[in-house]
Amino acid sequence: MEIFLQQIVNGLVVGSVYALVALGYTMVYGILGLINFAHGDLVMVGALTALQTMMFLMGVAPGMSPIAMLTLSLLVAIPVCMLLAFTMERLAYRPLRNAPRLAPLITAIGVSFLLQTLAMIIWGRNYHTFPQLISTTPLQPIEGVFITPIQITIIIVSALMMAGLVLLVTKTKLGRAMRATAENHRVAALMGVDTNMIIALTFVLGAALAAVAGVMFASNYGIAHYGMGFMPGLKAFTAAVLGGIGNLGGAMLGGIVLGLVESFGAGYIEHLTFGFLNSSYQDIFAFMILGLVLIFKPTGLLGERVSDRA
Amino acid sequence: MNELALAVPWLGKRNPLAARWLVIAIAIGAPIVAMMFGRTWVRVLDFALLYILLALGLNLVVGFAGLLDLGYIAFYAVGAYTAAFLASPHFDVHLPIWIVLPLAACFAATAGITLGFPVLRLRGDYLAIVTLGFGEIVRIFMNNLNYPINITNGPQGINSLDPIMLFGWDLSRNIQVTEDLAINSLFLYYYFFLACVVGSIIFIQRLQISRVGRAWAAMRDDELAAKAIGINTRNMKLLAFSLGATFGGVSGVLFGTFQGFVSPESFSLMESIAVLTMVVFGGMGNVAGAIVGAIILSALPEILRHLAVPVQNALFGHVLLDPEVLRMLLLSLAMILMMLLRPSGLIPANAKYSHIRYLKAKGVTE
Repeated sequence: MEIFLQQIVNGLVVGSVYALVALGYTMVYGILGLINFAHGDLVMVGALTALQTMMFLMGVAPGMSPIAMLTLSLLVAIPVCMLLAFTMERLAYRPLRNAPRLAPLITAIGVSFLLQTLAMIIWGRNYHTFPQLISTTPLQPIEGVFITPIQITIIIVSALMMAGLVLLVTKTKLGRAMRATAENHRVAALMGVDTNMIIALTFVLGAALAAVAGVMFASNYGIAHYGMGFMPGLKAFTAAVLGGIGNLGGAMLGGIVLGLVESFGAGYIEHLTFGFLNSSYQDIFAFMILGLVLIFKPTGLLGERVSDRA
Repeated sequence: MNELALAVPWLGKRNPLAARWLVIAIAIGAPIVAMMFGRTWVRVLDFALLYILLALGLNLVVGFAGLLDLGYIAFYAVGAYTAAFLASPHFDVHLPIWIVLPLAACFAATAGITLGFPVLRLRGDYLAIVTLGFGEIVRIFMNNLNYPINITNGPQGINSLDPIMLFGWDLSRNIQVTEDLAINSLFLYYYFFLACVVGSIIFIQRLQISRVGRAWAAMRDDELAAKAIGINTRNMKLLAFSLGATFGGVSGVLFGTFQGFVSPESFSLMESIAVLTMVVFGGMGNVAGAIVGAIILSALPEILRHLAVPVQNALFGHVLLDPEVLRMLLLSLAMILMMLLRPSGLIPANAKYSHIRYLKAKGVTE
């Protein structure tokens, strides 16, 4: 029973990070129908920029409180990622908006690898220790079930950011413009929406979420390196598809479900396969879910049918 | 060959026959020239030929049939590991290349159909991600199937694969012609690979103008219309996947036996992307494009590798970018810039059956 509860806790923590990243994929897909491959790498850029800022702050003001340091580094990482996403959209994706479908996708793959290479040049190939500014001493709310303060923070921050995003999209004028653009670019433009600006903004919003996700991810595991964004990015994309791509609620649900499946899978795979497979196969769950969802229910849990739109 | 000859700058358009002989001369003479700079460069050429085979195979899937496959390297891995299982001391099985090669081709084709079947309904970007996932799953299994039964020997890979034996010749040994003239084994491999490449080119060019090739082109340009005129798109897609995979499998066998060892590291996502970049860079849907792309993008990083360190040492006094970083930088920039500036690639496909050409022939401008 304790193991079961523990897996739920682990799944929720990982799942809420996936959900945050998945929102970025789903927003861009909803508006442009483009899988922004490079989105996962923004997670990495966010984490490494924050790391750089923390190093700087530790050198300048060694006595600074951990919370202030974390906030300041987030305040640096978020704008950096936003700017990067804006540049990416402007230089690589906008010129290809009316090109054949494969062109922007191939460009996106290229951008993803370019970001990783640049990160490799700036920060090197090594794994960096990421300062765990929020305590990682496990608490025991129930006997035998452990949760660390950083994990609690991750769940709360993700929930807050998701709530904020939903409010932004459903309640504000900007959100209405975003939904209109997703529905139909041209008509939205005729109604006076600056669709170019809205599209750029969608990228930028997603990047902000990715930056936060990156910092939380790195804080949880205590490491950061240039390739850390790729796998979570793919998994977050899977989460977006699982929930129904283009659907905000779906991305969050998909993220949580994927996180839970993964942690239960990793926990129980050894029993299920009689010891033949072990937890090093954890990564295949996401891909198997992706394949199964696309084959049997391409609409995802909450979305409309899109697999033929490609 | 014609397409390749026409692609020769300047000469190709003026005197195609001369251009064709030039291409043949270059193909035969390249390793001899390369030998003057050292054995490494012959090795680079050998690998370039393997990449050509891979690019030709991927071009069938991406260029001809229009299905973006990001897990292509998995079939290469299937071929290489088949060779490792069937012709190495690992299981102590030593089958000759003439049995390993067809078996590997069959396994790879089966893997292609296994992947193709579930993803038939997917298109474009979804297909890309699912195939990427397939490639990763294969890699994860290669990495971890050393426990509880040791099948793949995990991340260490499998060593000392049997070399290729052709009619009693061992390709990994130098041939002693006279006392002081020996033909290096790298040359033997080169000409063997060259024969494979030439065979593949002839096969693919026949295929392109056959019923199948035309069906692929129709499917790529408009799937609905292709269905409407009676093309069985399901079978055509499966055929594209399995044929492409066969090429991957065969080149995997050649790679494994040439290199003598296989490990999961050689089959990372980066390699899939590298092969895709070659196809995209050269020009999708075009045999000459795939070849030129593969040659340039496999040789250039090697040239940079040799230039980068001394040049950077001379300019900055230390090495800023190591060669592996340069290779990634080159590939990713090639992919982005090519899509932005010249989406049809270095050598645009001579789209024999595209509707644009038909409209032009009818005098209707685009």
